[in-house]
Parts: sequence; C-alpha cells; structure tokens
Amino acid sequence: VVEGLALLDLGVSPYSGAVFHETPLIIYLFHFLTEYAELVFMITDVLTAVALYLAIQDFNKVVFKKQKLLIELDKYAPDVAELIQTPMEMHYIPLKVALFYLLNPYTVLSCVAKSTCAINNTVIAFFILATIKGSAFLSAVFLALATYQSLYPLTLFAPALLYLLQRQFIPIKPKSKSFWLYTMQYAALYLCSLLVIICLSFFLLNSWDFIPSVYGFILSVPDLTPNIGLFWYFFAEMFEHFSLFFVCVFQINVFFYTVPLAIKLKEHPVFFMFIQIAIISIFKSYPTVGDVALYMAFLPVWSHLYRFLRNIFILSCVLIVCSLLFPVLWHLWIYAGSANSNFYYAITLTFNVGQILLVSDYFYAFLRREYYLTHGLHLTRPDGTEAMLVLK
Amino acid sequence: MAVQRRREPHGAVGQCPAVAAACLPLGRPRLSAGGSSVLPDGSEPGDRRCPPERKRRGVRESRPRREEPRRGRHSPRGIPTRGKAVRGTNGAQAARELRGGSARNGRRSGAGAAAAGAGTAGSRRHRGAPGSGAAARSRPAAPRSPEEAAPGPPLPSPPRAGASEAGPGPRLRVSTATPEAAAIGREAGSGRALGAAGPARARRDALQDALREELLLSPLPDGDVAATFQFRTRWDADLQRGAVSHYRLFPKALGRLAAALGVRELHLALTQGFWRTRAWGQPPLQAPAGAELWVWFQPTVTDVDKAWKELSNILSGIFCASLNFIDSTNTVTPTASFKPLGLANGTDHRLLRYAVLPREVVCTENLTPWKKLLPCGSKAGLAVLLKAERLFHSSYHSQAVHIRPICRDASCLAVSWELRQTLTVVFDTFSSGQGKKDWSLFKMFSRTLTDACPLALQSKVYVDISPKNKEKELLEVTPAPTSVHEAIVQGDKRTYAVYDLLSPSLFNTSRSLNVQLKWKRPQDSSELPTPVLHAQRYVSGYGLQAGEISTLIYNTHPYRAFPVLLLETVPWYLRLYVHTLTIITKGKENKPSYIHYQPAQDRRRPHLLEMLIQLPASSVTKITIQFERALLKWTEYTPDPNHGFYVSSSVLSALVPSVIAMKDVDMEQSPLFTSLFPSSDGSSYFVRLYTEPLLVNLPTPDFSMPYNVICLTCTVVAVCYGSFYNLLTRTFHVEEPNRGGLAKRLANVIRRFRGVPPL
Repeated sequence: VVEGLALLDLGVSPYSGAVFHETPLIIYLFHFLTEYAELVFMITDVLTAVALYLAIQDFNKVVFKKQKLLIELDKYAPDVAELIQTPMEMHYIPLKVALFYLLNPYTVLSCVAKSTCAINNTVIAFFILATIKGSAFLSAVFLALATYQSLYPLTLFAPALLYLLQRQFIPIKPKSKSFWLYTMQYAALYLCSLLVIICLSFFLLNSWDFIPSVYGFILSVPDLTPNIGLFWYFFAEMFEHFSLFFVCVFQINVFFYTVPLAIKLKEHPVFFMFIQIAIISIFKSYPTVGDVALYMAFLPVWSHLYRFLRNIFILSCVLIVCSLLFPVLWHLWIYAGSANSNFYYAITLTFNVGQILLVSDYFYAFLRREYYLTHGLHLTRPDGTEAMLVLK
Repeated sequence: MAVQRRREPHGAVGQCPAVAAACLPLGRPRLSAGGSSVLPDGSEPGDRRCPPERKRRGVRESRPRREEPRRGRHSPRGIPTRGKAVRGTNGAQAARELRGGSARNGRRSGAGAAAAGAGTAGSRRHRGAPGSGAAARSRPAAPRSPEEAAPGPPLPSPPRAGASEAGPGPRLRVSTATPEAAAIGREAGSGRALGAAGPARARRDALQDALREELLLSPLPDGDVAATFQFRTRWDADLQRGAVSHYRLFPKALGRLAAALGVRELHLALTQGFWRTRAWGQPPLQAPAGAELWVWFQPTVTDVDKAWKELSNILSGIFCASLNFIDSTNTVTPTASFKPLGLANGTDHRLLRYAVLPREVVCTENLTPWKKLLPCGSKAGLAVLLKAERLFHSSYHSQAVHIRPICRDASCLAVSWELRQTLTVVFDTFSSGQGKKDWSLFKMFSRTLTDACPLALQSKVYVDISPKNKEKELLEVTPAPTSVHEAIVQGDKRTYAVYDLLSPSLFNTSRSLNVQLKWKRPQDSSELPTPVLHAQRYVSGYGLQAGEISTLIYNTHPYRAFPVLLLETVPWYLRLYVHTLTIITKGKENKPSYIHYQPAQDRRRPHLLEMLIQLPASSVTKITIQFERALLKWTEYTPDPNHGFYVSSSVLSALVPSVIAMKDVDMEQSPLFTSLFPSSDGSSYFVRLYTEPLLVNLPTPDFSMPYNVICLTCTVVAVCYGSFYNLLTRTFHVEEPNRGGLAKRLANVIRRFRGVPPL
C-alpha cells in the first residue's frame, strides 16, 4: 500500500506496475490515514471483533428461539436434552468469539504486518453483522465491498440470501414466487452497490487499469511469492502448457462447493457461512494468516459440536506445530540456506491438510448432531443393541 | 621479436593528416539543468570535409597496385607484402581505374556499370545518392574546387557558438600544417601526369566513402595498457530516401538493415569485463558488461517494437551474439539518458529502445563478424593487430558498432552515414611482463603493424605520453613518433605521440612498426589520479527475501557541482519499492530534480528509473532502493539458477566540468576523443559511465520434483473434495446388522456342508 501511495505521489498510475494490487478505494483511504497506519490496523481489528461479538449475540438469540420453537413443536427426539444448548452455555460465546479473534496469534501477526487483510476481515464481519441483524441493504453493500476487495466473498452471497429468507420466513422453494422475488431484490441490491463501488474507483483513478491489476492478479496467480497457501509452489513447478487448466481447476474450488453446501445446509446459513469462509481462506490464491484468523474466530460458536468431533486433538496439534514450523523453515530456506523450498512447501501442505480436515470435521460433527437431534441420542438397532451411525 | 628500428622523426607528413581528423560530426549532447537534458544540435556542421584528399593524394599514388586485389569488401584477399610496390608515375591513372573498378564491383545491386572515365565521375555520384536533393548534389563540387586548387588555406570555419572544440582546428592549421601540406600537394602534383585530375578524383572519392582508422595506446595509471581501435567509415548515401544501391566501404549487411528497418541510429557494444573507472580513469568510450544495444528509429517507423524485435534478431545473426534474447522484459525506453548522437530533428523518446544483456559472454565468435565489417578485414591496416587469442587474454574487452547520420558537409544540407567501429582492450602488462610496465605492440598483440589499410584516408597510431604530475617525462617511446600533439581530453591535458601509417617514411627503415614504451624509472604508483566522476554499485542485504541496491556516485571536483542523469534498469523479478528510494549526499537528503519511474510488469516489462541528481562539489552521493525477490516459475530460471541473476549496469550521464580551463587552449582536433560525445562548450565535457552489473540470487524451487509437487498438491485438493463430497452426498443411517462378508458366508456354507453350526 505504501508503495502504491508512493507511486501515486510520483504521478504514476499505481496499477501500471506489478507491485501494487490493492483496490483504488484502499489506496485513497490510506492516502489520508497513512500517518496512523498502526492505529488504523488496530482499530480495524477491534471493529471486527465488536462486529463479530454483536453478530454472534444476535445469532445466539435466534438459535435459542428456534430451539425453543422446535422443542415446543416436539420436533426433537425425546432424549436429546444434553445436546440442547442452554443459555448458560451461550452467554459467553460472543465474548469468546471476540477474544478468539483479538487474541489469535494470527490476527496479531497480520496486524503487526499491517496486512490489508484486516480490512477485508472487518468488511466481512460487518457483512455478517448486517446479515444477522436482517438488514438486506447493508448486507448487500458490505458483501459488495468485500467482493470488490478480494473477489472471493462473492460466494457468501448464497448463505446471506438463505439467512435473510429464513428471517423473512419465506420458504426456500424454487416454485414459490416470493422466494424468487426476494432473491432478485437482494441480487439487484448487491450488483448495484458493486457497480457503484467500481464506478467510484474508476472516477478516482480515471482508468480501468485496476480491474486487470487487482482481479486479474487474483485469478491468474502471476505472483509466486511463497505464502501459506497451496498455489505458489504448485504453479512454480507447473508445466507451462498445463498451467491455465490448473489455474481454472484450483480457482473453481472456492466456488463449486457453494451450491451443494447451500442445498445441504439451507436450514443453517450461518454454519454455511462459516464453512464457506474457511474454504475461501484455504483455496484463495494468496491466503494470509489473517484469513485463517477470521474463520477460527467462529470456532467457539460451534463449541457444542465438540463431543462429535473425531480428531480435534490431532488437528489442533497439527495446526499449532505447522504454525510454529512456518517461520523456522522459512528461515532455513531463505536466510540460512540450509533447507530448500521443499521444506517450506511441505509445511504449507500439512497446514492446509490440517485446515481441510478441521473444517470437514466440524461439518461432520454438525451433520451428526442434527441427526441425533431428530433421531434421538441413543439409537438402538431393531434387536435392541447400541447402534452405530454410518454415512450412507 | 619484431623488427624495431629507430627512425627519424618525420613531422612534416604527420601534420597534414592530423588536419583530416577534424572532419568530425558533432552531434552535441547538452545537459540542461531542467532534466530533459542532452539535446542534439542538428544544425551543427557535423562533417567539415576538410582536405584529407591532399594527404591522400600523396600516399595513394605510392602504392596503387596493392589496391587492385582487394575489391570484395567482405573477403579481402591476401595482401602482397608491403614495400617495393610499383611506384609508377602513372599512379594516378592506376588509382583512377581502381576506383572505377572497385566501384563497379562494389555496386552489388547492379546499378549499371560505372564508367571509369573522369567524365562519369559526377554522374556516378548522382547515382550513389539518387534521392538526395539537388542542392546536396550540386553543392559539394562547386565550392570545393578553390580549396583543392590551392591546398594550403584553411577551410572557412563556419560561424557558430562554442567554436572551441573544433573551431580552432583550422586556425591552427594555418600556422603549422600549411607549408607541409602545400609541399605535399606540390609534390603530388608534380609526381602525376594529370595534376588537375588528381584532386578532382580524390574529392569524388571522399564524397563517396571514407575510412579512417586510428589506434590509441594509453598507459593506464595502474600499469595496464588500454588500446582503443577506431574505424570510421563514412558513407555518402541517403539511406532513408529509398533505393540505396551502392555499397563500397560501408558494410552492406548493416546498410540494408538500417534502410529496411528505418534505423536512425544504432549503437551496439559487446563487452567482456568491466572498465574500472576509478583506477583506469575516464574511458574513451565505456560500455556495460555484456551486450548493450540502443537504437533510435526513424519517425516514419510505425511499429517500433516490431522493428526493434526484428532488428535485434538480425543483429544477433550478424554478430553471433544472443541479442535475440532482447525482448520486452529487458527493453526500456529511457526518456532522458540517451539522446541521438548524430543528426536528429526530434527527440521523441518513443522512437528509442535500449536493452542490455549483462549475461552475454563476448568471445571470438563475436569478434570475427565484427572484423568482417571492416573494409580491409583483418588483413591490412590496424586490424592486423586484432588477434583473438590476444584480445581476449585481457582484463577488458569491448567492441562496438555505432551507426549514425552526420552532416555531409559544413552546410549540412545532405546526410551521410557514419559507421564507427571501436574496440577497446585493456592488457595487464604489469603482471604478464614480470612486474615491468614496459610494453610494445608485439608484446601485447603478438603482431606488429606493417602498413595502413589501403582503403583508408587516415591511419594513425597515437600513444599517450602525457607527463604525470607535471614532472619530466618518465617514459620513452620508440621508434620516434612522426609527430607529437597535445590535446585536452576529458578535462585532462594529454600529449600524444602520433605515428602516421600513411606516411611512407615510417616504413622506410623497417618493414614493420612496433611501438615500444619504456619507463625511464620506476613510477611511484602511490597516488592514482581519481576521475572527477565515478561510481560504484552493490547489492546489500541478507537472505533471499529482500535486499537493497546501493549506488555511490563520487564527485571529486574540488569546487564545481554538476548534475548527473542516472538510469537504472532492474528486471521485473526484483520488485523495487520506490518509496524506499533515498538519495543522501553529505548526510542530507538530496531531492532529484527530475524523476521518471516506470514500474515493472511481471514477465513483460522491467523497472525503469531515471533521475537527475545534483552532485555537490567533492561529495559522495548514496542512492539506495530496496527490492524484494520473486519466486519464478521453474522454467523461467536459467540453467544455473544458483549462479544468480544479473542486473544490468546503471548508466550515468553527465556533463562534467573540466578541472583545467579549456577555453583558452586551442582544442586541436584530437584522435578518437572528439568522438561520439563532444563537449558542448569549453568548460565541460560529456561523460557516460556504467556501473558494475550486479549479481542477485533468487530463491529457487526444487527443480527435480515438479511431478511430486503436482501429485501432492492435487492430493490435498482431492482430500478436501473427497471429504466434502462424502458429507454432502451421504446422509447418516443407523448401521444395519451386518450379515458378514464374503469369507464369512463362504465359511458358513462349508460349515453347513460339514454339519457344524454356522459362525
């Protein structure tokens, strides 16, 4: 960002080079704030935490209401009392979420590094807040902002729409008219605000240079500087003539889980949102630790799933060890010269496997809890023995 | 050992050719403080065609026969041994026939047979430059004749500003050169049957083409010896106006290239080693390590990039160099640093392309095609010294080709083309000569000079015998030079011993010329004179992630400040952060008055940074900029990635104020050095310096495991896909009672057979 500002001061378009890939709004924001950069990043982090706190507080109320309703309607199996979340448990969850975000070493790191990822996180957090509060307009605006910032939050459109539909008690049926009407409304809001933002940046810079420089950069992965993602080494080692194919294959990963997840989790849009944010942070082309911090902040919300997680201990060990090994192997490769790139690559690979398994474990646990809630905790076979639950 | 014989000084002949060298084009760079500096002054009388003819007349006739076998420019045939060539009185006749003949042969595109008769001479000229204006055609003949008829009087020096660099030339000639020249003229005239036809023919020849060869030998302060060859071919043809059909001395390959691609100026240098400015002083013409190519295209060229690509590929073929690796990732368009050196109407920098290949290794295969461009090849003249095994056994080797348009005459109504081939070598005689600083031509080149190139108008050897520290001369040159002349070169007073190879007396006593230099007493090399402007550059930083490029520019001038244009070209894989650019002089920040920065684009364009920095007197300016190293794709690495990547030299262009006042001293036309960059006025001179190329290591991936990486990463993606697919498509079910696997059922069947209860 500083480089972009310097270029702007020199009268050179910041997008004419390959160093600067932030959006025009960011550059103008920092044009005024560059003196207080540390403060700005701290404030954005705090804002994110507050937004998450308020969002989860609201979400808890919604969950509680829904639970109560379902219990009253006798939708739950009789013996699931211990699975039901009590207000006692839920009371501290918003605080835990906020603290999880603020005290996460990843957040601290990205704040110290002054990564603009913190701003993306804030925008996404506000988007979540607006969605959970039920404000379609604000939600669309923040979603547009987030999309404008890094393109991938586009996929959050689906969970936000589902949540808002649920809030309006509109049945999610392809045949119902009101469903389509609301969808169109929301989509129009979203697209309009996106258009406005992009036009605004056009008028700020008077050129469309930023489109290829920001989004082309995200999509075509020209910069192979090592990060914690999967892309850099893969494309550094890729054969030239396959590289377009594999760019498509890798980019599609972010987007193509959205529709099946939307179908599977249409009753639970917030969980869907969590999964989607996690997938974005795993499969985005230039992931940073800030992205990881955002979805990890949601983990306390799903603390009731803890008893169904299969290998949380191993996975947390993997993630912690990998986080510790990142700087070590980086140092060995880049500075000490006693290791080569494969060491660092191996650790990114392990870290990503850890993340993937963590997310899918939470997903599994969530589905399993849902099953138990409807079918009772103590399943018995027809012959009366304890039954095993399997996926089929 | 070569034949070395002492000879009488022969000043009489030496004076006149010195006059001829004044015929220099003067594109004149000028640095304006505003930043958009060096302006060429097209109106400058580039080429005063002063009378080399006079001198040549005397010499030509002495060996007319030797010219006969050499017609084909590219493949000169064997040269008859020098010496008792026919010195007939009808030499002029022979020479005329020769001219006609060689013209006929040389005209390869077949523009009709040229008649050798005197009457056709004019029309031949016309055909040579068919498109040029009528004025250009008629001009040269008429006003010349009075001068020719009376070969003494100096040329009328056209009135112009800043006359000091070339203006005094003619004036000086009046006093010294005239009597001798007149004598030669008389001699020549009497020696010939047709005294009147001689000058006319000679003039015609001069109008056509001209070759001048020069060798400058200068002992460097630290004991090394620099030898600079320069071959200038002038071609009076208007390339750009269409059909050019006449190639005599000018190499056809380059001429056609320039005509076809609309090249206005071409500068190509291939260099091995680095000129150590601090120890060796200001070079006559420095070039960056590796290959450097910069070209100005004609304004008529529409697609400059395409022409540039084509040009670099063709040049790559001509010079057997890897110039075809010049592409958009190492080509830049500087806005201020490089200005046309020849005639130019405009300086629209979009017509300029500049590229350096710092990795290029220069060797024999580049030298041979370079030598082939010489009219005499390497068979005669100074080029016999160009023996590859010696030239590349040196500390510095730089060969260059410069093509530029120059004024045909003082009035500058027509354009001539100049091809200037230079070759600079620095020999480490100190270490190879058992600690002695003495040298001779034979020691350095393992050859001696036997004759001049017969096609040359001028062929001279200059030896720098400038006294150091105002003391007595410490060195002794043998054989005695034909003349001695003094000049101020790059702000320094120099004395040159001149050997004119065209003067017959030089080879009277010995058959070959072996210039030797002996130091009378061991020189105390305690203090080396530091040049006014020098620079050094280095990469600092640790690790493979970030780094810093630092450039130190020294201004050792005691009291004058002057501006310097710095041009940095950095490849895209070093991500420069221009906000980290700091320029510090004497502990204070120094704001550049002009800055042009063009950031790189990945795999398409390098960084270009141009700055105009004011250097205070006796100061060191430190310029630092930080960068980050990129990880490349594995196919983008060179075969030896851990060797590092070169960053080409940065270019410093400056008008350096001279320590010695140059205004009062007549600047007699000096050999090479009123060369491409003449000074704009007496008080300063133009210097272009190149810093060291840098070697930067980049982080490398493991080249041995693309398959492994592809497999492993895809596995991770597949793990994600698999687990999500599993969870998305399946639902939970209570496990159904298992009826057992195949083995169990098989066992039960067998058990039933046996009558045993099943499992």
